Amino acid sequence: MSWVAGSVVFWLLGWALNARLAASGWARSRVGRLAVPALFGITILVLWEGIVRGLGVSPIILPPPSMIAGKIAGSLDVLWADVVQTIFKGALPGFLIGSGAAVAVAIAIDRSPFLQKGLLPIGNFVAALPIVGLAPILVMWFGFDWQSKAAVVVVMVFFPVLVNMVAGLQASERMQADLMATWGASYWQTLLKLRLPAAMPFLFNGLKIASTLALIGAIVAEFFGSPIYGMGFRISTEVGRLGLDMVWATIAVAALAGSAFYGLITLIERWVTFWHPSQRI
Amino acid sequence: MTRALPIVTVLLGIIAVWYAASVWMNSTWVFDQAQRAGTTVTWAQVIPQTMAQERPLLPPPHQVVSELWQGIAGQAITSKRSLVYHAYVTFKGTMMGFALGIIVGVGLAMAIVRFRVMDMSVMPWAIISQTIPIVALAPMILVVANQLGVDGRDVPKAIIAAYLSFFPVLVSMIKGLRSPDQMQLDLLRTYGASEGQTFIKLRLPASMPYFFASLKVAIAASLIGTIVGELPTGAIEGLGARMLIGSQFGEPLIMWSALFAAAILAGLLIVAVGVVERMARARMGVPA
Repeated sequence: MSWVAGSVVFWLLGWALNARLAASGWARSRVGRLAVPALFGITILVLWEGIVRGLGVSPIILPPPSMIAGKIAGSLDVLWADVVQTIFKGALPGFLIGSGAAVAVAIAIDRSPFLQKGLLPIGNFVAALPIVGLAPILVMWFGFDWQSKAAVVVVMVFFPVLVNMVAGLQASERMQADLMATWGASYWQTLLKLRLPAAMPFLFNGLKIASTLALIGAIVAEFFGSPIYGMGFRISTEVGRLGLDMVWATIAVAALAGSAFYGLITLIERWVTFWHPSQRI
Repeated sequence: MTRALPIVTVLLGIIAVWYAASVWMNSTWVFDQAQRAGTTVTWAQVIPQTMAQERPLLPPPHQVVSELWQGIAGQAITSKRSLVYHAYVTFKGTMMGFALGIIVGVGLAMAIVRFRVMDMSVMPWAIISQTIPIVALAPMILVVANQLGVDGRDVPKAIIAAYLSFFPVLVSMIKGLRSPDQMQLDLLRTYGASEGQTFIKLRLPASMPYFFASLKVAIAASLIGTIVGELPTGAIEGLGARMLIGSQFGEPLIMWSALFAAAILAGLLIVAVGVVERMARARMGVPA
């Protein structure tokens, strides 16, 4: 019982400290903006540990964070092999091919308003569909290895990126286009110097959505057949063996990889669209 | 008419490509069969055979449509082979997850707008939560729910669906609740309105357009969550389970018809949300 009480007290103290911090001048500094959520995360972990230990929750239902951390430290080689298989071979190539193809198609149909009017509503609709359902079909076509995972990711990221890119290409203002025209700029010059840069904030919006979809696609596709490594494979087999600590370890790695992927795209966005109002802090 | 023409053209184009692809992909099997039988076939003989295989690699559109029609109209609605029945199971899970997602999203948004400390501590984690591939959690949520003695698959499915659908609601509601400008807030202050009154009479109505815009995203996300929740878990009911069964028994037609049933369901749900939105806007007196 002392475990539970102790962790609850710790959580309350952390929350009180956070409330003080948020109300103080620290809240505006960069340190404060990092410290408050970090502290909140730590208190949640302590609360989790305390409740699981104090109430004697079976590790089959919920393993404590310390056990998960131990499992991660103890099986780094297995986890790394899974990451290579699922992320570097499945999600990443699929993401690059899918979003590259979407950008290319968006530019290709840029000169035809007719095709845009036809493709945009369909693209919008397809982007809302549960495309993950294609996973079993694509696994049947491309086999169990990473090719089928990459194919699922390609299909999943294509439409969100396409829709955003087409919207982005229409984002430059009339006045700016007129200015390019008075300079006698050709179609390609206008595209390169005005409309592509103007489309970048939209493109990165689509890429961010696609980055989470890519991981989901790669992992779900592994549920339908995979070699004997990969994050989706690890999760589905370990759940079957009730090895929940390994499942949580894989989830932690997946969360880390997902956040890193998202963060990387945000960094590139900041670098490419430094001129956009939302980037000026 | 001017709006429909491009869409129809693109759709026809897709169908044409689909037919071409299914001829190409299914012809391998036909040639294989012919080679085993020691005969040669011409393309004129191949093409009809690619159109009516029992287990085609890529079924041509008319096969999918007829299977879909079989599943929707050819069975009693309560039959386990009826797509209407499976769509209903998926629909139930979707709506539960959708409702849960709205409650969590709106609740969190209210707390975040009211308390600065909530904004600073919880909001970053809400963003991080969306970078976690939820499907990774799906099998585990099911096992844990089972261990805790929760019967059936409705609850775990709804949790997964809610996990995906709360985020768009949260983000839009924060924007919406913060959308009244200083002048309006000052006016209510001069009326001596309490915080609760300001919330009910100003912030909540002001957030409605944002709320409905987010619902369309949330319902699509919720449907995806439900189907993912049905996929990896040996479920036997629901459209996701149909896809899994089709995959395990090597019946592509079952997979394709379930996929299209899911697409139809998604379309219906989005239209339904649009209708509710229009009704609410009309009641609130917003010009259409």
